[in-house]
Amino acid sequence: MRKIIEGSIAVAHVVARCGVQVVAAYPITPSTHVPEELSRIQPEYGFEFIPVESEHSALSAIVGASVAGARTFTATASQGLALMNEVLHNASGMRLPLVMVVGNRALSAPLNIWNDWQDGISSRDTGWIQLYCKNNQEVIDTVIQAYKIAETISFPVMVGMDGFYLTHEITTIDLPEKEEISAFLPPFKPKQSLDVEKPLAFGTYMNPQYYMDAKAQQQKDMLAAAKTIEAVAAEFGKAFGRKQAALVEEYQSSDAERVIVTMGSLSENVEIAVDELRAKGERVGLVRIKCFRPFPAEALAKALGGKKAAVMEKDASYGYEGALATELKAALKTDVLGIVCGLGGRDVKLGDVKKVFEMLSRGEKGTVWL
Amino acid sequence: MANPWFLKGHTACAGCGCTIAIDEMLKAVGPDVVVVNATGCMEIVSSMYPSCNWNVPYLHSLFENVPAVASGVSRAFKALGKKGVVLGFSGDGGAYDIGFGALSGAMERNEDMMFVIYDNEAYMNTGVQRSGATPFHAATTTSPQEVAGKREWKKDMSFIAAAHRIPYVATANIGFPVDFKNKLKKAKEKKGFRLVTVYANCPIGWRHDSALTIDIAKKAVESGMWHLFEIEDGAFKRTYRPKQFIPLEEYLKPQGRFKHLTPDMVKEAQEHVNKTVAELDRLEGCKVDFKYLE
Repeated sequence: MRKIIEGSIAVAHVVARCGVQVVAAYPITPSTHVPEELSRIQPEYGFEFIPVESEHSALSAIVGASVAGARTFTATASQGLALMNEVLHNASGMRLPLVMVVGNRALSAPLNIWNDWQDGISSRDTGWIQLYCKNNQEVIDTVIQAYKIAETISFPVMVGMDGFYLTHEITTIDLPEKEEISAFLPPFKPKQSLDVEKPLAFGTYMNPQYYMDAKAQQQKDMLAAAKTIEAVAAEFGKAFGRKQAALVEEYQSSDAERVIVTMGSLSENVEIAVDELRAKGERVGLVRIKCFRPFPAEALAKALGGKKAAVMEKDASYGYEGALATELKAALKTDVLGIVCGLGGRDVKLGDVKKVFEMLSRGEKGTVWL
Repeated sequence: MANPWFLKGHTACAGCGCTIAIDEMLKAVGPDVVVVNATGCMEIVSSMYPSCNWNVPYLHSLFENVPAVASGVSRAFKALGKKGVVLGFSGDGGAYDIGFGALSGAMERNEDMMFVIYDNEAYMNTGVQRSGATPFHAATTTSPQEVAGKREWKKDMSFIAAAHRIPYVATANIGFPVDFKNKLKKAKEKKGFRLVTVYANCPIGWRHDSALTIDIAKKAVESGMWHLFEIEDGAFKRTYRPKQFIPLEEYLKPQGRFKHLTPDMVKEAQEHVNKTVAELDRLEGCKVDFKYLE
């Protein structure tokens, strides 16, 4: 049903309609409205809601609930995601199908509550699938797909929604009904779980002769996850009648000479800039990375081959450059223009995007902090 | 007697008091329990892939998050209608210190679980460092004898727990197995958060003869260094009080961790013990409980 609704509230409702069984969460700006709404609608849906005392415990609690056999959820942002860090590694190493929404926000210091991607990007190597959304319709659709992806291949999935730009945006969303979702997403049936009738041990210690094999398996399966993400997106598109981006999304890029690569809600600003410049006859385009992990190197190389590319990103790897720039250069085996922008919520205006297209025309290289 | 729920072949040290605690614990509460264990000695010696001594459902996640993980298991069991009592298990480092916030949170929410702290009074898995549970004067590698051992008192976990107004708080000691098992059985029948802290020696860390584990454990109670009590629905009651306490020196002497103590330090420790005994006597005599508002 189409509804005018805040992004965070919509997330809470879609999670409940996905048949979540245990939710644990701790408040943090800008993702707080998600657990608030979940606690409010909990009696209606009958899931367990655990108002834990920290984000570390929020993720820990859903680790326990997942091993016990429940479909789970948590939402967080920024410092909360940072506090969860060791549990992120733990959950992916245990191959738990958790789903978490991150309201992407800057990290302290200086303290700042506004949007950038430093939280998610800093969690890059934790073994989670990371999907970044451009608008709230995509957030909702991606949460539903995230459960299917997670439970099909036993990986935790992080769904990124830009803090405030999306978490607090009130817009029209087609919010699928419970019945529509259950037709697409069957109940969670874990292969094994904690059960007194069949005692099994989870999370045991591994010495060098086993540890690396377990991690190699994780890597192999994570790389193969791209296929599942694509298949689930296609299936979702068919079931719900909305075409879904899976790994990357191309916008006016096939005949473009100059392309901006970015993620999240910034993509919609770039789309507008592309439209305006195209109207003037400029051959510009956008390639959006939706799936940051596993990194879609092949798809990016295909979409960007022979084009001048700039990457606009809201994160930095201090002492080098933007993390996306590094990865993109490796994927394309060529130089790209790195643009670090929008840190701590600094506005990236239409003019800024156009400026980046101009910089590409001039053949600028290196990293520029806008 | 063989334990069908904690199988033979763990790799703990000779005279380990903590594995004795596990053995007694599962004899009392097995088999319909789900154990959530913290990183630590008892995890390493009992669940090194591909072997496992736990013959009950078992989950290890991290060091400090057992109360939170167990909260999740407990809630999931409720949501899914699964049977089994959730049993969190952690050493003193995991419970008194690094996981204290998670433990306090789970107690405040009165999560439906049993929680057993095996208190060996230091970080043993990393090589005997001081914890919030290390007693006054005890030497560890981070409170060495060169600085006269630990300079602070042991954290009083049971009374901190009782202040959360959870239904059941108890202390136990591996030298008193019947008392320990009775408390576990009682706890198992209750709902909400039930905490049992069990004194469990580490002969390596405490530097005592591994044959003396039970003897020293008993002396801890007989000397007043450890107390056996329960706080049930707020009411404090000792389950055993020696009629005549033995001198503290008899407890301290066989342990290398107290070897550096001068007569003055022994006297100081004895005075502290006397004060604690008097406090508990007063508490029991006055029938003071924690239901402040009733």
